[in-house]
Amino acid sequence: MKIIKFHLNNKPVVVRADPSMRLLDLLRIHLHMTGVKEGCGEGACGACSVLVDGVCYDSCLTPVANIIGKHVVTIEGFRNTKQYRRIADAFADFGASQCGFCTPGMILNTYALLKKNPHPSEEEVRIALSGNLCRCTGYNAIVKAVLEVAEKGGEW
Amino acid sequence: MSHFKNSTVKIDNEEKMAGLALFTDDLPAKDFLWCRPLRSNIPCGRVRSVNVPKLPKGYYYVDAKDIVKENVVNIIFSDWPVFADRRVNYYGETIALLIGPDKQKLEELARMTQVNYDEEVPNFKLKKSGIHKEFKKGDLESVSNDYDYTLTETFETGYQEQVYLETQGMIMWLDGDKITIKASMQCPYYIKNAVVRTLGCDPSKVRVIQPAVGGAFGGKEHYPSMMAAQMATAIVKIKKPLKMIFDRDEDLMYTTKRHPSKTTYTGYVKNGKLVGVKAHVQLNGGAYKGCSGVVLARALIAVVDCYSIPNLEIEGDVYITNTMPTAAFRGFGSPQTIFAFEMFIEHIAKVAGLDPVEFKLKHLVKQGEVTAVNGKFHDPIILPELVEKAMEMSDFKHKYALYNKPGSNRGIGFSCFLHGCGFTGSGESTIINAQLKLTKDKNDIVHLYTSQVDFGQGNRTTLKKIVSDTLGIPEEQVTHEAPDTDHTLSTGPTAASRTIIIVGYLCEKAAKHLKEIWKPGVEQEWIEPYVGPDYIHWDEDTMQGDAYPGYAWGVNVVEVSFDPVTYQVKVEGCWSTYDVGHAIDDRIVVGQADGGLAQAIGYGYLENMEVAEGRFRQKTLSDYIIPTAVDLPMMETELIDNLFAYGASGAKGCGELTFVGGAPALGHAIEMAINKNIYKIPANPEYLMEVMENEDH
Repeated sequence: MKIIKFHLNNKPVVVRADPSMRLLDLLRIHLHMTGVKEGCGEGACGACSVLVDGVCYDSCLTPVANIIGKHVVTIEGFRNTKQYRRIADAFADFGASQCGFCTPGMILNTYALLKKNPHPSEEEVRIALSGNLCRCTGYNAIVKAVLEVAEKGGEW
Repeated sequence: MSHFKNSTVKIDNEEKMAGLALFTDDLPAKDFLWCRPLRSNIPCGRVRSVNVPKLPKGYYYVDAKDIVKENVVNIIFSDWPVFADRRVNYYGETIALLIGPDKQKLEELARMTQVNYDEEVPNFKLKKSGIHKEFKKGDLESVSNDYDYTLTETFETGYQEQVYLETQGMIMWLDGDKITIKASMQCPYYIKNAVVRTLGCDPSKVRVIQPAVGGAFGGKEHYPSMMAAQMATAIVKIKKPLKMIFDRDEDLMYTTKRHPSKTTYTGYVKNGKLVGVKAHVQLNGGAYKGCSGVVLARALIAVVDCYSIPNLEIEGDVYITNTMPTAAFRGFGSPQTIFAFEMFIEHIAKVAGLDPVEFKLKHLVKQGEVTAVNGKFHDPIILPELVEKAMEMSDFKHKYALYNKPGSNRGIGFSCFLHGCGFTGSGESTIINAQLKLTKDKNDIVHLYTSQVDFGQGNRTTLKKIVSDTLGIPEEQVTHEAPDTDHTLSTGPTAASRTIIIVGYLCEKAAKHLKEIWKPGVEQEWIEPYVGPDYIHWDEDTMQGDAYPGYAWGVNVVEVSFDPVTYQVKVEGCWSTYDVGHAIDDRIVVGQADGGLAQAIGYGYLENMEVAEGRFRQKTLSDYIIPTAVDLPMMETELIDNLFAYGASGAKGCGELTFVGGAPALGHAIEMAINKNIYKIPANPEYLMEVMENEDH
């Protein structure tokens, strides 16, 4: 057990935890961030995506030791931002969320993509989101939503 | 602004996007004990003894000896035990539950538990038939001696795993003497009935409530009944709240899949027409029958797809093997035969020297014609219109001429298909007997109660919309909560593409009746029982009559490129047209179309699941590959209205329809790209290499 300090959704957090614990478990079980989903536990599905210093990570593959001193953002924090609203509105418009299990991760990864590349091509969107599995939509509505929100422009 | 003309944002859309929706594993469950199944590690044998280590305080072991009343899971054919009793019939069969507060400790206890077996020789071959069905149409003998061309071919389809993103999970607790269950599910009443049956308790002592569900696709139709029966047995014994959540590897290895199939056709062509077909459909049902009889029935009813063939001799078998039982998955048997027949009809056209496209179009069924099982296509059929539109959208004819030559490494294919909506035959009126309740409170808010689960399809929204539209009131004036068996009558399972065609119709009728008796400011209630079309007559034993209340129709076009060095297929384009009667909400139906076709494309060339010595070789999502965003192109869908007299605003079903035609359209495209016939899916690089290097293909 170690004292772990980091920022979660822009608030400082101090916890006692095993540094080898999965970030996913710290977030879900200890900090009740249930918007972070476990779909596979091996980094294949992206349902547990979180942002660590603005970069999208699979929290199931990230040991808590790796986030010491960093800024972690989950959907619980991101949903209060204007950027979330813009992405979520496009997702709603195209019907990009069906069962919803992949959606928080998909939205966070979309933000990470647009921050890095505000005007991605369709191929760039597909490659960027290829680590987030969705079994309901065939990605059609998701890719269209991301392209549209990118086309509308604006600061990320 | 919306891109869809008649669409509203789904009730649960925002809570799902924002991560607020609570799925089973997200629900508060402090002090719940974990359940960890102890599973057989042999495929077949007698259980001599189980040496359970000394359990620490607060840990429990529950097995067949603890069964309260009946050791069976209530499925259509109830042969699957809740806990294996003295013998195991497949690798991974649950022998017991180990229960306790710490998951790691349970893993350790499971490793320390020793099961002693008298192993028997397992059977993995399709040789022991557990269910046999057969039927005839016309007189096959008359054409089997008088034909211009004949062809016999066999087609194989593999296992498919649902890969709902949320794995199976359930929590259960006691509320006084009442068992309360929340789970990732499709059918709350199936779970309730399974618990009532194994415990022999009064139905009022079991309550099932649906939380958010992360996908299902058929995989949560029956398996949750198994989990509920096991946990209910445990809760009676230990009286503590329980929780069982599967890891992905458990879900992949130990839950039900799509039936692998092997179908042999012999066809006879005379004067340019396919005049007769003989077929034998073989399904691998695994160790227990469960719902396989109904899966076989659907496979057989769809045995010649949407083509009109006057003379048929059809038989089918479900084989019992020492493997994980197979069960429901979107399409329920028909994707297997529709793939096989679509490939076959084009192959036999080529053998007869006829253009496969023209040949198929010439055989499309028409209104008033006799179905494969001697029923009648009662309603208007707009297949030619669907075909024309799909071909126009995809520039089919031009591309077909361009790619249809050796060495093009590019191909385009199309499939035409039907899907019977609702339960087989008159089952909706005789077995399910759905009853729908609408209430109105003093504030004139209307409350809709159904047992339909929204696991992503949007039916909570669609059904509510039917009620508000019919009553002519704003959508905000109607509520439709997720099912809770204490408040909801059974409107039947969320399966068989029945939600819109059956329950949607009930919603419309109930709302019409409520409108007639509407008194402002007064509490009112209306209960509407389902009454189907009276012209539907079906004989389950002889497989003769009207198989479904109504049919939905579709056409898929798929374009591929092929890399002759790596044998990789790349999907370059997908175009679809559907007749779902009428779309209550375009965005929701197009969403089904996109997702169904994506899953079908995966089935056709990507998703490979094999069994070795009774065990699945694919244990993770790195081994079992489903399509990612880069594996699919932008898909285009058009819906054409063809109103159904017994549907809400003319609506039929659409959930499974969007799955059944994808694999054969893809298969045809691959055949054109490689200039060889294929006989198996998934058509992965290993198989295509075999096809390309084998001169006989």
